[in-house]
Amino acid sequence: MQITRRGFLTMTGAIGGGVALSSLGLNLNPTRAYADELGKMDRIKIAKQVTTICCYCSVGCGLVCSVDKATGKIFNIEGDADHPINERSLCAKGAGFFDLTEANKHRLTKVLYRKPYGTEWEEKDWDFALSRIARLVKDTRDKNFTKRNDKGELVNRCEAIGHYGSSNVDNEECWIMSVKSRALGMVYIDHQARV
Amino acid sequence: MTNHYCDLKNADVILIMGSNAAEHHPIAFKWILRAKEKGATIIHVDPRYTRTSARCDFHVPLRSGTDIAFLGGMIHYILENKKFFKDYVLNYTNASFIVDNGFNFKDGLFSGYDPKKRKYDKATWVFDKDGKGIPQRDMSLTHPRSVFQLLKKHYSRYTLDKVSSITGVSKENLLKVYEIYASTGVPDKAGTECYALGWTHHTTGSQNIRTMSIIQLLLGNMGIAGGGINALRGEPNVQGSTDHCILYGNLPGYLKMLSASLDTLDKYLHKYTPESKDPQSANYYSNYPKFFVSFLKSLWEDKATKENAFGYSWLPKMDDGKHYSTMHMFDAMYAGKVKGYFCVGADTAVSTPNSNKVRKAMENLDWLVGENIFDNETHSFWKGPGVDPKKIKTECFLLPAAATMEKEGSQSNSGRWVQWKYKAAEAPGDALPVGEIEIKIMAAVKKLYEKEGGPNAEAIVNLKWDYLDSKGHFDVIKVAKRINGVFLEDTVIEDKAKGTKTEFKKGQLVPGFGNLQADGKTACGNWCISGSYTADGINKMASRGKEDPTGLGLFPNWSFAWPVNRRILYNRASCDVNGRPYNPKRKLLEWTGDKWAGDVPDGPWPPQADRAKGKYPFIMQRDGLGALFGPGMAEGPFPEHYEPLEGPLEKNLLSSQRMNPAAEIFKSDMDQVANASEKFPYVCTTYSCTEHWCTGALTRWQAWLLEMQPELYVEIGEKLAREKGIKNGERIKVSSIRGEAPCIAMVTKRFKPFTVDGKEVHQVGMPFNYGWLFPKDSGSDSTNMLTPTVGDANTFCPEYKAFMVNVEKL
Amino acid sequence: MNKQPELVKLIDTTLCTACRGCQVACKQWNELPGLKTKQLGTYQNPPDLQWNTWTLIRFQEYEDKAGNFQWIFRKDGCMHCTDAACVKVCPSGSLYYTPLKTVGIHRDKCIGCKECVSACPFHIPKYDAKTDKVYKCDLCYSRIKESHAPACVKSCPTGALTIGDKDAMIKKAYARVKELGSDANVYGDKFVDGTHVIYVLQFKPEVYEELPVNPKVPLSVIVWKDLLKPLSLLAAGGVLGGAFLHYMIHGPKYPDLPKDENTEGGK
Repeated sequence: MQITRRGFLTMTGAIGGGVALSSLGLNLNPTRAYADELGKMDRIKIAKQVTTICCYCSVGCGLVCSVDKATGKIFNIEGDADHPINERSLCAKGAGFFDLTEANKHRLTKVLYRKPYGTEWEEKDWDFALSRIARLVKDTRDKNFTKRNDKGELVNRCEAIGHYGSSNVDNEECWIMSVKSRALGMVYIDHQARV
Repeated sequence: MTNHYCDLKNADVILIMGSNAAEHHPIAFKWILRAKEKGATIIHVDPRYTRTSARCDFHVPLRSGTDIAFLGGMIHYILENKKFFKDYVLNYTNASFIVDNGFNFKDGLFSGYDPKKRKYDKATWVFDKDGKGIPQRDMSLTHPRSVFQLLKKHYSRYTLDKVSSITGVSKENLLKVYEIYASTGVPDKAGTECYALGWTHHTTGSQNIRTMSIIQLLLGNMGIAGGGINALRGEPNVQGSTDHCILYGNLPGYLKMLSASLDTLDKYLHKYTPESKDPQSANYYSNYPKFFVSFLKSLWEDKATKENAFGYSWLPKMDDGKHYSTMHMFDAMYAGKVKGYFCVGADTAVSTPNSNKVRKAMENLDWLVGENIFDNETHSFWKGPGVDPKKIKTECFLLPAAATMEKEGSQSNSGRWVQWKYKAAEAPGDALPVGEIEIKIMAAVKKLYEKEGGPNAEAIVNLKWDYLDSKGHFDVIKVAKRINGVFLEDTVIEDKAKGTKTEFKKGQLVPGFGNLQADGKTACGNWCISGSYTADGINKMASRGKEDPTGLGLFPNWSFAWPVNRRILYNRASCDVNGRPYNPKRKLLEWTGDKWAGDVPDGPWPPQADRAKGKYPFIMQRDGLGALFGPGMAEGPFPEHYEPLEGPLEKNLLSSQRMNPAAEIFKSDMDQVANASEKFPYVCTTYSCTEHWCTGALTRWQAWLLEMQPELYVEIGEKLAREKGIKNGERIKVSSIRGEAPCIAMVTKRFKPFTVDGKEVHQVGMPFNYGWLFPKDSGSDSTNMLTPTVGDANTFCPEYKAFMVNVEKL
Repeated sequence: MNKQPELVKLIDTTLCTACRGCQVACKQWNELPGLKTKQLGTYQNPPDLQWNTWTLIRFQEYEDKAGNFQWIFRKDGCMHCTDAACVKVCPSGSLYYTPLKTVGIHRDKCIGCKECVSACPFHIPKYDAKTDKVYKCDLCYSRIKESHAPACVKSCPTGALTIGDKDAMIKKAYARVKELGSDANVYGDKFVDGTHVIYVLQFKPEVYEELPVNPKVPLSVIVWKDLLKPLSLLAAGGVLGGAFLHYMIHGPKYPDLPKDENTEGGK
């Protein structure tokens, strides 16, 4: 949901005990003396606010990403005050959510390939990776396919390819992986639910 | 979770055991403290005093791996002191059922055990039935073979002395917990339990949870607000990934994976569609064929026909009795049988037990495909410590993935809330959502099979795989709708009870799993999630309504909770047999004479006092009642205490059966075990911390988090540290028979030695959040260098929580 | 209402779970970097407040004489004194009282003289040699003046951190102390003319590491402020004044010697 500016204000306005500062009858309109102190808040006011859900534990806290309309980049992430579970708050990992965005210089941005016996990663493009992986999957599957087991029962499976993951991707992605693995005849299928 | 996070505030007593909620689910703890504010008692039972203990009413230390003994003692206490909720136990559990004459339990083993196979024949774990095939009951609960009497007999052995001697918990502390928790066995009190990996990470993991389920049924705490058993699960979408069953044993929606002996669809459906002769049992799984056939249709749509049994034979089949879990996969990989490996959003070289074996196993791979937002120890295993890249043949791919806020889709929390999230920004560089990467890989494979053919190519070639949009990107809405289900033909659905007929058009979305068909008229990717869209295409997962009509924090208009937006499972058990709430002050549901009001009920039928139309509350159970006697488990219908694979004792103090008799033992040369060994005298347990997540594969790359928890440490009690001359903050070595883990000693008052079988036993603990790749110069690696390849007999969840180590100065 | 706005942040240590959401939220909002640290045998990290860490959870293992154990968590940071030593000594006007009575900081005016570092009875301001400036919490002035909670308060899951009108918060603190009983006490409202950050403490203040029992504006600062500062400023301007003050109080010595790295950071 792309919440409105007003939505953002209710989001950050909530203070301990659910009371907004402005509702305390305080005159909160002091002189704005120094521009450097206004920057971020002003940017938030004109930003696009997009809700998301935290990607760590399973509580499912809501967060609001503030996105600069000009650059399309996220520049601030805070808890979603409308969310009935976290009610704006976040733990250390949630509060640091911003460091998962591209602002983190360790993020992977290129397809990486390491050839057999290679000593380094090399950058490649998607076309290379997809066609090469498809070829490897097909060759491994065809070569190791078990049509019938030792008892002669039809099993149509491939035990030579394993799949692991993931409980930190979205449902629709999970379903795609679950179905893909079965269509390929894989049986070594698992993920973090077991560990 | 049977309940959900906000519901924790409704409890009178919260037992946190097998969980460190404040550290690992800090926001869940908000709701726990809200209960405390209202006067609830919060108890923490854990080997170590943690940030959770600091905010509970009290903390009780317990030796790792002895939870069943602790809880078995509680069952004994409840039964001896008649603290159970009699009306509930009588009407809503199988306490009154009569068990087969051949069933018995002797010296740690139930009837039917085969020591060679390490498996039970469950033929005697059944109920006596009457002429109509309905289980026989003794409502006086006095029959010596009634479940109630057998339960009482089984746990009579769990005396305070015995339990204290096994667990290392003082008798005073045992009694204190038992008394407070058992006080919820009355209609107007609710007790709940929060567990997490502290219960599942054991050779007896499933039975840990079942023991608590028995307690909750005895106290009438299931199906009520503020009650239930709540798994605080460890990952953002582990509920969803489990629901969609990226798991060897199940297909999406917990449908059973096929096994070789079930060679036809009919045989398969016959086996997995339970039958009940009791007219009062809803036996909801009698609808199994509708769910299964609709799933097959979701894969192959018009290529799956009645004539080809909807493509049944195209699906892979497992060999009967064989398992394919992570530990099995790495065992097979170590033996050179697994050649290719997809590792998506995971770091298995750090997270899997006995990491040395796992890393060695990976050297046998021909190829490895990783998909992630950061590099990790798995993707870069070929340049790990002690590995010479020039000797590793594996062809490796590391595909850049979009982070969660860079893609749209849904995520399911532990409370089964399926919440929609939106895309806030483009992923950097060439990164793509995992869903898109996977669709594209499969599409490329499909193309090859279309061109070249191959074994069982139909399964691939016929697969409906049109989930990219016109611009060639992941069409998440299309997948979400496929999961929800769709009518493939014009269909008229008749509701005989209501006397209504509803018409649905081809292409219309299925409004709920009650509408699914077994004849191929519907396709549904996952029946559990059906109803996440309305028939008109409104996405309920994106709902943001804050209404709370019951005042219990159910928030029925916030997101979508499966099944059918039910917020608390088994909720009909919150009312008596006439549908009157047991606790009018926390009214979850009420029968108004013609319908249920409150939460979405577990089925529309009247309460069970209506002998003609009424149904029992536990509708997913064949017999409709809560199972005190649970024959589905691998190691017995009643949980029994066994020692971990590695422990400080040579013998189990309760029987001659030292460890779980049904747990699988792995036997490669790298799977060594050291029980009750002088070389490895200390119990070790592993855990996470608030500042990192799982293997640290995401959080170690984040400076704000790494700054707070920069490197691997071991928490050691002051007494043990003194004995070993170890100073706080110094670098030391922890070792097991399988490996070593250099780390920093954190000497603490929060670990105290236990008195077990009259002897002093020290326990230490380590986080599992670190690896060699980053931070680079810390000198620490995975704690799982130490852990054994062994797991729960039902789930194969590995034993990370109790094993033996030594600690030494460097 | 005509009332002067005066905000107080209440830290109820008895509700804190040390999740450190506040510690990170502060860095996120204020764009402070995470720096390299070492595991020193405690969860407390960085070991102390530092230029990039304006809010810090202190971890302390405390056992009373009867052997009762409590793991104490205390969020440390600027107390926003009414009679603030740092503002008094600041020669450049960098540290100042905001209209909300909190202590703000104009970084562009800071001359790196470090006078505030030595004057503060709570050891809050921290100097960074690279930028030659002093850093500390400004109670998210950019947020509170727009009616938004400070980043730390917003992130707090358990209600350990709340903010509001001074009188109401003090009342709330005393009510909580009454409920808790025993040694519980309110810390902050009675000295330096009252602080704008107050604590509910479970134990007597002397139990807590790095928490002064009776914080005062140093006498030398009072002497300076009342007698010498006007003269000095008049004579030599802010920069020289700062150096002069420094010399007056400490002699020619560097005032913020880093702590021994092996200090147990409040285990």
